[in-house]
Amino acid sequence: MTPHVSSDLQHILHELGHFLPAQSPLKDFVHHNTLHAFQHLPFHEALQTTAENFGYKTYLSVESFRDLYAKNKINEDILDRVILSHKGPKEAAKWKDVLLHKKYKNQPEAIVGRLRIVWKNHHHVNLDKETHTTLFRMLGSYLDQGIAIWKFPVPSKGFVAAVRNLESNSFSSLFKSQRAKNFLLDPKTKLEDLLDILVGSKVYFRQYLFDQQFAHPGWSGMVAVLEHQPQSLLDKKTISLHDLIFIECLLEIDALDRRLGDNWDPLAKYLPEYLLPILTKTEEKEYYEVLKLWQEAFEWTYFDQVIRGLQLSHEQDLKKGETSFQAVFCIDDRCCSIRRYIERFAPDCQTFGTAGFFNIPFFFQPEHSKFMTKVCPAPVTPIHVIRESEAKLRHEKDSHFSKHTKGIFGGWAISQTMGFLSAAKMAKNIFRPGPTPAMVSSFSHMDPNGKLSIECKSPDQKYHGLQVGFTLEEMTNSLEGLLKGIGLVKDFAPLVYIFGHGASSVNNTHYAGYDCGACSGRAGSVNARVGAYFGNHPEVRKGLEERGISIPTTTQFVGGLHDTTRDEMEFYDLDVLTQDNVLRHQNNLQTFGIALDYNAKERSRRFDTIDSSQEAAKVHEKVKLRALSLFEPRPEWNHATNALCVIGKRENNKHLFLDKRAFLNSYDYGIDPEGNYLLNIVKAVAPVCGGINLEYYFSSVDNQRLGAGSKLPHNVMGLIGVANGLDGDLRPGLPKQMVNIHDPLRILITVEHFPDIVLKTIKTHDTTYEWFANEWVRLVAIHPKTKEAFLFKGGKFISYQPLARQIEKIQNLDELLVSTSENLPVYLLS
Amino acid sequence: MENQIIISSFVIIPLVGFLLSLLISEKNEVMLSRMAFFTISLQLASILAYIGYWIIILRGKPVNISEFALYSHHDYEFLIDFYFDKVTAVYLFVGAFVTFLITRYSKYYLHLEEGYKRFFNSILFFYLAYNLTVLAGNFETLFIGWEMLGISSFLLIAFYRNRYLPVRNAVKVFSIYRIGDIGIILAMWASHHLWHENITFLKLNNEQFVIEHLSQHGGIGLFIALGILVAAAAKSAQLPFSSWLPRAMEGPTPSSAIFYGSLSVHFGVFLLLRTFPFWENQVTARILIGLLGLVTTLVAYPIARVQSSIKSQIAYASIAQIGIMFIEVALGLQVLALIHFAGNAFLRTYQLLVSPSVVAYMIRDQFYHFKPKEVTVEDTFPKRLEYSLFILSLKEWNLDVFMNKWVFSLIKKIGGKLDFLTPKNLLIYFLPAYGIGLFLYFHQEYLTEGIQEFIPGTFAFIGMMMVFKAFSERKYPRLAWMLVMANHFWIALAISFNETFDYKQILIYLSGVIVFGVLGYGILEYLRRKEPGFFDLNQYYGHVYEYRIQALVFLIATLGLMAFPISPTFIGVDLIFSHIREDQYLLAFFDSASFIIGGIALIRIYSRLFLGPHIKNYHEKALKSS
Repeated sequence: MTPHVSSDLQHILHELGHFLPAQSPLKDFVHHNTLHAFQHLPFHEALQTTAENFGYKTYLSVESFRDLYAKNKINEDILDRVILSHKGPKEAAKWKDVLLHKKYKNQPEAIVGRLRIVWKNHHHVNLDKETHTTLFRMLGSYLDQGIAIWKFPVPSKGFVAAVRNLESNSFSSLFKSQRAKNFLLDPKTKLEDLLDILVGSKVYFRQYLFDQQFAHPGWSGMVAVLEHQPQSLLDKKTISLHDLIFIECLLEIDALDRRLGDNWDPLAKYLPEYLLPILTKTEEKEYYEVLKLWQEAFEWTYFDQVIRGLQLSHEQDLKKGETSFQAVFCIDDRCCSIRRYIERFAPDCQTFGTAGFFNIPFFFQPEHSKFMTKVCPAPVTPIHVIRESEAKLRHEKDSHFSKHTKGIFGGWAISQTMGFLSAAKMAKNIFRPGPTPAMVSSFSHMDPNGKLSIECKSPDQKYHGLQVGFTLEEMTNSLEGLLKGIGLVKDFAPLVYIFGHGASSVNNTHYAGYDCGACSGRAGSVNARVGAYFGNHPEVRKGLEERGISIPTTTQFVGGLHDTTRDEMEFYDLDVLTQDNVLRHQNNLQTFGIALDYNAKERSRRFDTIDSSQEAAKVHEKVKLRALSLFEPRPEWNHATNALCVIGKRENNKHLFLDKRAFLNSYDYGIDPEGNYLLNIVKAVAPVCGGINLEYYFSSVDNQRLGAGSKLPHNVMGLIGVANGLDGDLRPGLPKQMVNIHDPLRILITVEHFPDIVLKTIKTHDTTYEWFANEWVRLVAIHPKTKEAFLFKGGKFISYQPLARQIEKIQNLDELLVSTSENLPVYLLS
Repeated sequence: MENQIIISSFVIIPLVGFLLSLLISEKNEVMLSRMAFFTISLQLASILAYIGYWIIILRGKPVNISEFALYSHHDYEFLIDFYFDKVTAVYLFVGAFVTFLITRYSKYYLHLEEGYKRFFNSILFFYLAYNLTVLAGNFETLFIGWEMLGISSFLLIAFYRNRYLPVRNAVKVFSIYRIGDIGIILAMWASHHLWHENITFLKLNNEQFVIEHLSQHGGIGLFIALGILVAAAAKSAQLPFSSWLPRAMEGPTPSSAIFYGSLSVHFGVFLLLRTFPFWENQVTARILIGLLGLVTTLVAYPIARVQSSIKSQIAYASIAQIGIMFIEVALGLQVLALIHFAGNAFLRTYQLLVSPSVVAYMIRDQFYHFKPKEVTVEDTFPKRLEYSLFILSLKEWNLDVFMNKWVFSLIKKIGGKLDFLTPKNLLIYFLPAYGIGLFLYFHQEYLTEGIQEFIPGTFAFIGMMMVFKAFSERKYPRLAWMLVMANHFWIALAISFNETFDYKQILIYLSGVIVFGVLGYGILEYLRRKEPGFFDLNQYYGHVYEYRIQALVFLIATLGLMAFPISPTFIGVDLIFSHIREDQYLLAFFDSASFIIGGIALIRIYSRLFLGPHIKNYHEKALKSS
């Protein structure tokens, strides 16, 4: 149902929808650049624009930067260099003084809101206070996905239509004034009519609507997302930004009628003489220059070491012997450390990193389920479905969530009986945390003993318009892409593991953000298992042979899942392994076990409540408990502290300690001279890693406005979002508890390839190019032969000479890790 | 004797724990949570042991701890008295057990949260208030605990003091709590006259004694019962006060769970259980209490059903259950009500604690069991009825609007009549008027008999108008502050006309007013000089961001001036009431209204100046709507 609005208004609504926060309902939570709407602007300009227009804090405060400088977390030489390169030698000293000493106090109010505030200043009517409660209540009830027991009683044919239907068939009314009610009941009422009454002049419609909607960006953003992505709701609802604004305008008219009587003039009459229009071009200001320079200095303090470190690789020195096994992991920064430990305890193995859907996009339908779930990156729309069968039910009931506890008699009976059980349960969960039906476990995404419809029986057989399973050709293509992408085309070990990853938590509304981002916020187990199936398929191998990849018959693939919260692993379809490989696998299991213990121990240094100096296995047990603890708001740190994305051969970064801060993508420039596979990689890496990185960035610099604030008081609204208390707006972004330890740096992507090839590659894809050109992510190419570094700036690669000469070699990493919970610099591993 | 020591220790342990927790440094998370956990563990252990002893050795007989006079003078005494019976036992145990778990839970849950110390201080303060109230053996002791509950509740709701909604709702809840307190104050006043002594709850068990007194003063009996009912309804979120409960869920989840899920919200039921022997034989009172419970249940139930947010759903479901508890108490089913209380407290606490899990749980549930539209009871209603009821429930039966319109806006409107007052001209009006009052006091011979009768009421009315104005003041914080001080002076004067009473008593009453009044005024003056542009009562300024110490001192001054039990004025207020004669209903009403609204006006000054989103924006701050 498209409402009748003029093209002008249509345009404003479209623009508004673009600028509002674009976060999906909780179940589909995926990281994205919080300020994606401003990506067409250069990074720093966008940050200033949004700060001035919307009142966000887009950088750390000047005081925090000075604090970091005092603690030597911003290096003085780097700072000088940044100032020099931006301001020239003449001005450098002056600017340094400004950066270090000038006081910056109160900043001007945001531009958004200045028009609509006139209602309050001139008429003493606080429209937000009058309308928000009712509006949020209506929206919450209409969009509710399963909290309310008595759901919105009118079928969903659009928000306005539903409210109209409700109102026209009721004795009680949402409105106090007859006028507002009549407008609603008259289907001919147009949004323009309402705005005419409220604003009076078309010139100000845009600004008024910005003011109105940015007073509650959470709900508006949710509506804007659902308008275009209705499939995010299991219980389907039709809604549009237009409808939301329509109802809000009616509530405003109602409030004004009630407060001011029937005769009041539109707002245009009372406007101040000069009103700054929203989103006009910003002028350069010293305050933002200062922030920008500090930010750059903060970033390069770390990046400089990393680049130097990468130049110190010594691939040729690594001995080339038999490889005991190979393991493919997700690019995810959480895999950075587990790979380091596996390599440490099995020096003859090889690990790889790639996007965790393993180049196999499809929908997965678990057995017993009513819906399919997407297990590939969010922008991809798969054409395949894989269905599970013969699986056991992975779903327990917990009567605490039952609606009967909320009834009169049910509640009466239950509180006097089960209530006492609650006391026992509560005590148990607090003193001895254990599994509960309410927890989220990555291992329940798929039943390891269930069957999957991986192979396509006949392409004509469709399930909801999707092909069930993959054909031989498709399997071969997909596996070829995977292997060539990561550079694993020869020297296959007897066992090749493919590890998906997922997370476990309890009492965590943002659980979907902890799973694999490349699988749309699900665990990667199905993809890993399917990938291994492809690899073990004799026909697929035959096909690969023809394309130049020869996999020995002794080599077998094994799918697995790594739970990053509990640091546990699970393996699939082990019954296909040969006798020899079973033995090898048994052997490897021990390596994995030790590596997992140590990984948990390394992670524990960031958990204040765990003594990480204890033995690895002991620490690991405590780490496991966190995932089950109701009272633990940080089951794991997820992507916090991420700052790097390294694309290149593992051999060329294996020597570095990168402190779990790097996304690692394996890539061999040698088998991809033209950069075809590189294009696929950067196309995914820029938006995925860049999106994760920037969401963390913005949620930490302004946790109140761009993040969700502390999660401790959060209240779940309709299963789609969180809010504070009863009357609060939805809060998109990451809660404080996810970003406490995050240093807001933009991500540095390094690519091991010739600069001209990299440049040509990124230029072939416009939307990807925008990320680099506008510096929302930083890009450095490392020349594979000379190791010279080239920084991408102003559309070209220019040579970069790191200030750091040497990188310290770390003798006893374990000791260092236990000693501090701070971010660590780059070290050479001995 | 050992009973005395043990039962007193149930108040002393949390008191010591609270005081010690104030001394621990803010950064020392471990020490803070340990102190709280240790205090409450010790308390829980002693309570369990004592309950065992009480059941086995004392055979469950009520224990009264002999009185301890906080102040005594001639025929007036302010007595602290403790009492232990099965109601006490159940409430003590449930309170200790839930708080014990929540403290442990919060130790981890609040890690790294700004205000870690404030949280544990508030929890211990609340716990102290809880025990004091539960153990109280007379109305006076109970009232001390009652007042402390209100403040601790305010502090926990406004825990996120830099955001708008928590602060607004904290003020709202505090106000509604306090409005309910009018009931308890008037009940206390009337019971002074009914018994002619500080009646202990133990004595109420003497059926013969109660019936005897009531038969002589049936009207007063009903009046007291009604006062108790109003106080109980406000504390337990019964009609028409219900809308505060879901709005109180602004603090960290564990504090909402303990406060509004389990302990605080059941205090109305406690008050009814405690006073049951008193109104047991008043059929009208029993019918009213039962009816109120019934109507609340019927209204809260559909509201709970339409809630689309998890915490408000639990809140309304709990209100409905408490309504049933009111019915149970009214029917005399005390034991059942106690079991119901304990079960409901545990259930709601746990439900609130696991409320964030509802997303993962319900979405999984739907993923496997989704049915597009389930038929609900309401679908069988005629459409018009169904939709009407739906809209009504969605709007919470306009309960929130009702409270605003008929209580707070009304007071503001009345107070607005005094808008001509400013800080500059206040003394010009006040001094001469008060001078005339004093003159008349010393020269009562000028007053004819008829007039003299009206004088106390009139002066108390003037005093009440002062606090109404203080409550509605939007411009001048100092004016509002001084008006509350002035009110106390008028009240003192008004009562002086009643009968000659000692200057010492006046001194007790006014000393707190003067000391805390001057202290608070000093802070206001300081802040006005520092922040002339951000100093009025028109909006929240959040000055606590820059003036933490001043905010704390001002809060203490505020408490002192509102006659909180840190100030001698607290006893003074009780003294004043003891001098209001039995037939002076109006005077008692004006006086109690002044006391109540004065407190609200003061908290409003504190909140508007020091709490809420900070006015300056050189640092991150939340949107008002969030």
